Amino acid sequence: MIERRPLLDFVSHAVLIGGALIIAFPLYVAFIASTQTLEQVMQMPMSLLPGDQLVQNYTQVLTAGSTKGSKAAVADMLVNSMIMALVIPVGKITISILSSFAIVYFRFPLRNFFFWMIFVTLMLPVEVRIIPTYEVMSDLGLLNTYAGLTLPLIASATATFLFRQFFMTIPDELAEAARIDGAGPMRFFWDVVLPLSKTTMAALFVIQFIYGWNQYLWPLLITSEEEMYTVVIGIKRMIVGGDAANEWQLIMATAILAMLPPAVVVLLMQKWFVKGLVETEK
Amino acid sequence: MEKRVTFRSAWLPYALLAPQLAITVVFFFWPAFQAVWFSFQLQDAFGLSTQFVWFDNFIALFGERNYWASFRTTAIFSFSVAALSISIALLLAVMADRVVRGALVYKTILIWPYAVAAAVAAVLWSFMFAPSIGIITYVLKGLGVDWNWVLKGDQAMLLVVIASAWKQIPHNFLFFLAGLQSIPKSLIEAAAIDGAGPARRFWSIVVPLLSPVTFFLLVVDIVYAFFETFGVIDATTQGGPAQATQILVYKVYYDGMKAADIGGSSAQSVILMIIVIGLTAIQFRYIERKVHY
Amino acid sequence: MAGVAIRDVHKSFGPVKVIQGISMDIADGEFVVMVGPSGCGKSTLLRMVAGLESITSGEIAIGERVVNELEPKDRDIAMVFQNYALYPHMSVYQNMAYGLRIQGRPKAEIEKRVQRAAEILELDKLLKRRPRELSGGQRQRVAMGRAIVREPKVFLFDEPLSNLDAKLRVQMRSELQALHQRLKTTTLYVTHDQVEAMTLAHRMMVMNAGRAEQIGAPLEVYQKPATTFVAAFIGSPPMNLIPGRIAQGGKVLAHDGEISVRLPEPRPALEGRDVLLGVRPEHFETCAQSEALLSPDIDFLELLGSDSLVYGHLGADKQGMRVAARLHISILAKEGRLPLRFSAEHVHLFDPESTRRIED
Repeated sequence: MIERRPLLDFVSHAVLIGGALIIAFPLYVAFIASTQTLEQVMQMPMSLLPGDQLVQNYTQVLTAGSTKGSKAAVADMLVNSMIMALVIPVGKITISILSSFAIVYFRFPLRNFFFWMIFVTLMLPVEVRIIPTYEVMSDLGLLNTYAGLTLPLIASATATFLFRQFFMTIPDELAEAARIDGAGPMRFFWDVVLPLSKTTMAALFVIQFIYGWNQYLWPLLITSEEEMYTVVIGIKRMIVGGDAANEWQLIMATAILAMLPPAVVVLLMQKWFVKGLVETEK
Repeated sequence: MEKRVTFRSAWLPYALLAPQLAITVVFFFWPAFQAVWFSFQLQDAFGLSTQFVWFDNFIALFGERNYWASFRTTAIFSFSVAALSISIALLLAVMADRVVRGALVYKTILIWPYAVAAAVAAVLWSFMFAPSIGIITYVLKGLGVDWNWVLKGDQAMLLVVIASAWKQIPHNFLFFLAGLQSIPKSLIEAAAIDGAGPARRFWSIVVPLLSPVTFFLLVVDIVYAFFETFGVIDATTQGGPAQATQILVYKVYYDGMKAADIGGSSAQSVILMIIVIGLTAIQFRYIERKVHY
Repeated sequence: MAGVAIRDVHKSFGPVKVIQGISMDIADGEFVVMVGPSGCGKSTLLRMVAGLESITSGEIAIGERVVNELEPKDRDIAMVFQNYALYPHMSVYQNMAYGLRIQGRPKAEIEKRVQRAAEILELDKLLKRRPRELSGGQRQRVAMGRAIVREPKVFLFDEPLSNLDAKLRVQMRSELQALHQRLKTTTLYVTHDQVEAMTLAHRMMVMNAGRAEQIGAPLEVYQKPATTFVAAFIGSPPMNLIPGRIAQGGKVLAHDGEISVRLPEPRPALEGRDVLLGVRPEHFETCAQSEALLSPDIDFLELLGSDSLVYGHLGADKQGMRVAARLHISILAKEGRLPLRFSAEHVHLFDPESTRRIED
């Protein structure tokens, strides 16, 4: 900043610390609860110091779920979540980079029509077509399958736009130099476009990993068998009724497990995450 | 925006587009088309016979008081989420932009809720606000507030707003921070030379330059509150108590999947689609303009 | 190696005619520069030779082969771009080797050819670097190296030096010349810089609005510009063009008779004809008032050390006929009238209608 304002600096730090505490508080409470016994959690107020049940609670949920609600092992759910969180970004990046390469680097009949077809998908989120999509999945026999969990979520206009926007910034002369060097379109794609797109792909991967991991409505619709549950759905299934009836220590342990992978990805790949978030315009 | 340099091939571009188009047609267009088709039909309770009823489903829908109430609930919910998350995020971003020391630590703590699933966020907050054991409930009781969101509609609304806004703060924070960092330093310095103090500079330079970002976030947050908060509602209030938190998306789901009213639910889907088209149009007009800068 | 033949080539982008009928035969080993203001079509013409733009009508041949329908890679050319167009994610070595790799050449041969080009261009120590780790001049050299390794029949250069600073540009210019001496590959070179054109070209094509105004050796173009456009474009400051008329006895009366010069030979055929009298600024010299052919009123001076540039106007009207002179003296009055003369041998005559040169 331009001039020194010690008071303003103090206020800034105070606001940020306050904000950080409020933002982080739910995480802290969840972690503490996940280390206590049910009786400790049920105390009013519960202690804000860790208990000694960490290993026990986490072992319990990972292997056997809750006792009152869903009894599916959270370890299996984590595997399902991981499959969704990996297949969706990889699939989305693959089909989007190919389609935007076609749209940017070729002129062909119906090009604009196809572009608009992809654009229109922006306006058709799952939430607005719940029933018919369910029927289509059921007709195709995709209920309770990994293909059903992932395939419909890998088409995305935003990823296609992001690649298109990036391709527009690749200098034309690179394509011309490649043509003179004798590279055909696919050779140019492999040798030049793909390596140059690395950062865009990394950014997209982080965003889509989180997107895939955190899916809720979709798996809720098309999975009815326990072995297909994702961890986010699993938490919901552990909540059985009024708050006194729930095994909160197990639910919170599951919540921590559900938050961990995407949080790790965000924190380790913060740079790509920020780039991906700000550039995809969501 | 068009490339000057292109390749020539009669079949390759179609092959490259095929995977995305196939998925788009099967999982987007076909269901959307069916939604429209179903919305003109009436199914009997067992799904055995259907009857084409023109606009009867829509007429019935708009005659339903619950549907109008759901519109109102959605509007209150969306604007509250947007307003709350935007104002907190702006405050934090302005402060974070000022400080040098600890900036990365603050940023890291402030962005992680983005990684939390909506349903998980809802479970965390509903635990802290749980009527009999919640830690915040305890504090509120101490303050003389009778807190029980399971029974009280406005408290239930407050809970889902807080949980949804909390999850959206990191998103808004990062956009504001990027917006603040894109303001040229020379502009601020020029204002300082012109004699404007920090507060004056903030209101006369930073705020106007951030207004496009703010507008963009308003639209994005409303879209978010409309559609992506399904998990928050489903994992906590499930639309209750007494439909106090039944937003439109939840009603589509509930009427279609739980109450098995295919025609009515599809009619709601069609109306939602029209709303999304409107919101997307607003959003895109803005983004396109931004791209052209 | 091979020459290049351009035969009545046209190019249109929709209704816009960018190239309007250009022909030129370029000999094997010749260095030809296409020069003109921006938008004159020179880059488009070069890109048509490269195969990056289609040919609307006419024919381009490299060697004996008409290449109109051939892909760039099959034309046996190499091109150096203004912004170099180096692949940013490849090392210098990979950049130079890429074309050969696509051709499927054996590794050893690629290695040998890249190594040789790197030695010629003194890039041997930079082969592992990425383009962003290089200076502008080094990138320029890599771009040339990429062209050299292909051992093409024709080099195409599209304003290769315009991204460099002035000093480096002079140095690269002489390196380019040395390179051509050594490789003797037919070269087409596009620039808007007349100094580059004059120093590098065996022959140059001065282009304007999609047409070749003149094709010739640099000195020929300088000494006998074919049109007023060429006269004004080549030379700095531009040639003075003063409206006048040819009077009896081989005299030219210009600027309403204020200037009167006797031509070296009488031109009875031209008598009574309107002309533009062209005199280059560097052909003026100061003289006594009594010998002066014209006495412009000085507007301002630019002292360059070795020379002085004088800008003035003829007559009383400040908005009147402008005149520029390059004089080899450094001390001058800053205002007032400056008596100037020039030799009749340095006079150029142009037809004001067609703007073409009236041949001697």
